[in-house]
Amino acid sequence: MSIVRMLAIVLRQAYLIRGSSARVLPLFAWVAVDVVLWGFITRYLDTITVAGLNLAFSLLGAVLLWDFLVRVMQGVTMAFFEDVWSRNFLNVFSTPLRVSEYLGGLVLSSIATSAVGLTVMVVLATTVFGLSFAAYGLMIVPSLLILFACGIALGVFSSAIVLRKGPAAEWLIWPLPAMISPFAGVFYPVATLPPWMQYVAKLLPPAYVFEGMRAIVAGRAGALGPLSWGGGLAAAYVLLACWFFASTYRHAVRTGLLARYSAESVS
Amino acid sequence: MSAGFAAAPGSPMLAVAQLSKAYGGTKAVDDVSFEVGHGEIVGLVGPNGAGKTTIINMILGVLEPSSGTVRVDGFGVATERTRALERANFAAVYAPLPGNLTVYENLRVFGLLYRVSRLRERIDSLLEEFDLKKFRDVKCGVLSSGEQTRACLAKALINRPRLLLLDEPTASLDPATARDIRSRIRDFVALGQGGILWTSHNMYEVQEVCDRVLFLSRGKILLEGDPKTLPQQHGKATLEELFVAVAREPLTLGVG
Repeated sequence: MSIVRMLAIVLRQAYLIRGSSARVLPLFAWVAVDVVLWGFITRYLDTITVAGLNLAFSLLGAVLLWDFLVRVMQGVTMAFFEDVWSRNFLNVFSTPLRVSEYLGGLVLSSIATSAVGLTVMVVLATTVFGLSFAAYGLMIVPSLLILFACGIALGVFSSAIVLRKGPAAEWLIWPLPAMISPFAGVFYPVATLPPWMQYVAKLLPPAYVFEGMRAIVAGRAGALGPLSWGGGLAAAYVLLACWFFASTYRHAVRTGLLARYSAESVS
Repeated sequence: MSAGFAAAPGSPMLAVAQLSKAYGGTKAVDDVSFEVGHGEIVGLVGPNGAGKTTIINMILGVLEPSSGTVRVDGFGVATERTRALERANFAAVYAPLPGNLTVYENLRVFGLLYRVSRLRERIDSLLEEFDLKKFRDVKCGVLSSGEQTRACLAKALINRPRLLLLDEPTASLDPATARDIRSRIRDFVALGQGGILWTSHNMYEVQEVCDRVLFLSRGKILLEGDPKTLPQQHGKATLEELFVAVAREPLTLGVG
């Protein structure tokens, strides 16, 4: 593994972001919009619900944490899409770059871009709406790590789908987080769901994070056991997503899809 | 870092052995073997669809052969991919540099991917060599065809490759620019830096530049020899006539 080659992917992304307001704005614009929108919604709900529910923590906090996962995923996919949009696969994959280094570069790019979004959301939520992540205590650290790992896994998995199915498959992957969120119990306890959805929720690491967050908001101690299980699942999904990307890449090299990517298939 | 590669002793820059690629029942490349020696420019010519780009893609490791081996400077592309590919580079008309990065940014990114030592100096030297200094901070997408080709060649030489693959590098260029590009590529070989595999449909260019030419048709190498003497050996006046004969009627030449 060469860190220099990984940093080449990060540098490419930095050059592109530096030179384009269309790439800079999405790093924090949607996060800011979500904070403002949900901040006011929770402020309103606080006025019409019974005292002591603390919706700022349960609703606004959930929105922001989910947004963080989505930004991490998009940090990976956006860096990957740059190669799709500029038809750069031949140039990139004919270099000594290994697939693991390429994925490492995408992940490092995502860390940098999602950190911008996280900073903006924390500053806005704290200063404007009085939400302090510190109130979640130390549990916020493993929770963020699990959400980060899930975002990486989703981003790598999505990139593999687009590598396999061609550029038009982009539309397949954008709704993925929205499709997962009802099962993950972002805004409500998993117990609210029908039994079959609860079984699916057991397989989703974010469900353990949001259950833990709600427990803290309700004044109970966050349980480390379920969170550890969620962390284990998240790590497994990262490995699975990387394996899926690598095998999709090998398939593309074997069939000739990589060399003729714009054709979307070799049949 | 890339400077000063340790070559396998006595290895050719490129050794292709019994290389084949089949798509279903169709053989795009059929049992092809050839070598490119140190300081040698080998032309790979043939009609559209003959398998030239397929061979180049297999050499670059972006297409897996159905059978056969490719070795770059002694290192197998399938077995020692990183070591093989850090010794090679390519430029092709169908693989332009990303148009949304400047010439400098592209060279820096690819220089890092090839782990080029003293990269800043190397980029400055290539910008000078390919007359790109004034386009240093210009996005590649707004360069003319000739300027883009020069930028692609600068990228292709960034790692001082032992093997340079050029897939129709002068296609779409005006004659003056094409001559300039040919001259720069010949300089690369004259400096003893490596070998070149060159595809082109311009037979004048092949005759002028290449030490040896391989005629490819329907995935097979039909003829091989010195481009200056090969036409006469087969009763043709020019390389272009020979090309047409190979493309249309390989059997009349006793090949195929």
